[in-house]
Amino acid sequence: MMKQRVNISRRDFLIGSVTAGAGFSLGLYLPADTGVALAVGEDNAAENSEVTAWVVIQQDDTVTIRIARSEMGQGTLTGLAQLVAEELECDWSKVKTEYPTPGQSLARDRVWGSFSTGGSQGIRGSHQYVRKGGAVAREMLIEAAAESWDVAKEECSVASSVITHKPTGRTTTYGKVASAAAEMIPPLEVELKDPKEWKLIGKPVKRLDTADKLTGKQVFGADLQLPGMLNASIKACPVFGGKLVSFDAAKVSKMPGVRAVVAVEDNAVAVVADSWWQANTALDALPVTWDKGENAEVSSVSIEQMLDQGLRAKDAFVGNTVGDAKTALKGAVKQVEATYGYPFQNHATMEPMNATALWTEDRCEVWCPTQNGEAALQAAAKAAGLPAEKCEVYKIHLGGGFGRRGAFHDFVTQAVAIAKQMPGTPVKLLWTREEDMQHGHYHPITKAKMVGGLDDKGNLNSLHIRISGQSILAAVNPGWMQNGVDMFTFQGLLPDGDHAISYTVPSLLVEHAMRNPPVPPGFWRGVNVNQNAIYMECFIDELAHAAGKDPLQFRRSLMADHPKSLAVLDAVAEKAGWSKPAGKGMFRGLAVCKAFASYVAACAEVSVDDNGKLKIHRIVAATDPGHAVNPQQIEAQVEGSFVYGLSALLYGGCTIKGGSVEQQNFDSYPSMLISEMPEVDVIVMPSGGFWGGIGEPTIAVAAPAVLNAIFAATGKRIREFPLSNTDLRPALDA
Amino acid sequence: MTKLKVNGKLVEIDVDASTPLLWVLREQLGLTGTKYSCGIGLCGACTVHIDGEAVRSCLLPVSALQAKQEITTIEGLSADADHPLQQAWQQLDVPQCGYCQPGMIMSAAALLKSKPDPSDADIDANVTNICRCGTFNRVRRGIHLAADLNRSSKTGDNEHEEA
Repeated sequence: MMKQRVNISRRDFLIGSVTAGAGFSLGLYLPADTGVALAVGEDNAAENSEVTAWVVIQQDDTVTIRIARSEMGQGTLTGLAQLVAEELECDWSKVKTEYPTPGQSLARDRVWGSFSTGGSQGIRGSHQYVRKGGAVAREMLIEAAAESWDVAKEECSVASSVITHKPTGRTTTYGKVASAAAEMIPPLEVELKDPKEWKLIGKPVKRLDTADKLTGKQVFGADLQLPGMLNASIKACPVFGGKLVSFDAAKVSKMPGVRAVVAVEDNAVAVVADSWWQANTALDALPVTWDKGENAEVSSVSIEQMLDQGLRAKDAFVGNTVGDAKTALKGAVKQVEATYGYPFQNHATMEPMNATALWTEDRCEVWCPTQNGEAALQAAAKAAGLPAEKCEVYKIHLGGGFGRRGAFHDFVTQAVAIAKQMPGTPVKLLWTREEDMQHGHYHPITKAKMVGGLDDKGNLNSLHIRISGQSILAAVNPGWMQNGVDMFTFQGLLPDGDHAISYTVPSLLVEHAMRNPPVPPGFWRGVNVNQNAIYMECFIDELAHAAGKDPLQFRRSLMADHPKSLAVLDAVAEKAGWSKPAGKGMFRGLAVCKAFASYVAACAEVSVDDNGKLKIHRIVAATDPGHAVNPQQIEAQVEGSFVYGLSALLYGGCTIKGGSVEQQNFDSYPSMLISEMPEVDVIVMPSGGFWGGIGEPTIAVAAPAVLNAIFAATGKRIREFPLSNTDLRPALDA
Repeated sequence: MTKLKVNGKLVEIDVDASTPLLWVLREQLGLTGTKYSCGIGLCGACTVHIDGEAVRSCLLPVSALQAKQEITTIEGLSADADHPLQQAWQQLDVPQCGYCQPGMIMSAAALLKSKPDPSDADIDANVTNICRCGTFNRVRRGIHLAADLNRSSKTGDNEHEEA
């Protein structure tokens, strides 16, 4: 009897897909043709039944849920499994997960949908079809049981992987009927549960991927070992757009362990050696000549001039317009004006970029941490010079992603380019931290000129926002632009949608003068709300101050038509005790934003001592993501996003000199430490009816809430970052 | 040949004496729980114990080590993932991506050894590891919880260096 309804090789699948479960053996990573014994062989595989593409059940009732999106710390693996398991009605204590491979997805007509893990889309972009995958499996399992008992399916119920025939009390388990269920014809339609019936979704269950992260057992891409594998370290031209001219391989080829010195594409050189340390030591000693190209003179100063010109330029793209803001501003009783800027930021994942590749004339395999397995496969195929059908990508948990490993697979392209020069030998490419700092895809640089008009009652009647600066889409995905406009640039300021502005302003104009310096931009956790929320929320604070109004009440007066935004703002104000004075020496600041379809707000409490030392004591944060799949993981994401956003605010910022990023490592691009971490008080307040993102939205409100609190403490408006460049001591003339 | 004592076992390694301990652990001994991240002794992802002290291993050449010194890595912290910190980390779901966590746990373990009931200020001063996912508040709670677990059960610490 056929065990599987789909024609894929179980053996291939297992080889490629095991990454998530606890206790996996490295043997599972081995390519099929190495002949090395597999820890999970075909004998075991025969006991597995794929009921649907999402659900594989073993005879012992173990349920393996397939996860197409990537786990990089954000908890999506657990959240997605909860969604499937909720509908499947299986025993949660017996749930495991595995990654299907992009190659199998290709062979099976993308049965798992998108692999892309960005834009806080993991759950909100796939909840419907993964729940359906669980529900269809449940129906097939019940049908198989009913058939075996020769009873009507409607007489059966199911709970925790046990199917019961209600009239007789007979029971069986998923494991016992799984192979028969796999032969059933899937129902054409299933009804998903009403959220009120959810038992697992919404529960703060523990993550499924913790155990191996506590013992060193979790293998990240950087840790991968394959038999016969060599190691590579790489150096690309430090000037953006520069080329490799030559290198003197003879100077290092006799160094210990060195196997090869190779050019990589047209802009980099790599040393391949027995160990990575040997490769990197030789690379450091390798004389290299670069052609710095046309960007050799680009600097932060020249970029600033470019952006300033954009602030003044006549033409700009319009992202949001209400009434006639320019005319209304002229009629304002009081005008307030300020210019803000936000610098380049590096993703600085703890695990530097890496990929392992094995190339032969008719096959290319890549093992890598990626936020988008399908994109990694395409990059591998292109670099390999092979059709995608002859390539495969094995995903490995990421040591941080934050947007760096989704749209860009430069590390895959390079690894394949190196492996292609050593056919049949697996090569692991690992970047140094310095390479990672200098060859990022940086948070885009922008500036914004804000002009607001107040009427005679101190109400905001007009607002003009002119953004000048970099477009991510123009560099990364021009196909997503609309008539040359990058609507992503306006995240948080748009008229409607996932990134709508939180206020109703009688006359409003939001524009973008696109200025693209030759520093590659990318999607960086939170993307354009990082700066737009600072611009908007700090400037609203400035306007409230100019109007002599309380920042909370000033905001509330503009939010009558934004009830969900108002609700999160009110929630943080109430919990922080906004109506009462803060403690001695403590000052508060607020921020609110809609991002990635979720509504978020924060109230920060800070103090600044006489020496200008800032302490962020507490941040109360509220998020309304519509549905909260795992509240304790949402709390973790809120806290974590604050560390990422506040590290950027306090210390981050990449500067450019001679066409290169000046920062080299965590000494010049510092990150917050535990000693600086505020208490974070998270309010999760799902209002239902929609699915918002989790990983990114709250990052938007951390920085502006802190900045507004700093103003309350010091009277200083800080409009250029990082904060470490600013003296926070009270102004002498204050 | 360089002789080292790692997780209670004596090992001999044929490696250039200037090779940092981190890379010997990872590449010669296959102990990849100890991570590379900055390579300049700053971020703490490479933290191991040498005679019970937390040390950044990425800058430490093996030539500076003697065979009698007890080197403990995350793999040798406990026999069954039952160190109080590992238990606390599991209870509180501390890790996110997990890459920095072995170093974080090793830093915390050394702190708990010298100060079984550390204050928040002790934690601030001794756990200086970078975590880009931002697990700090759970790390802090995890250390306090581990201190509690340690008090209520004296069986937790199986580190080889104490054997």
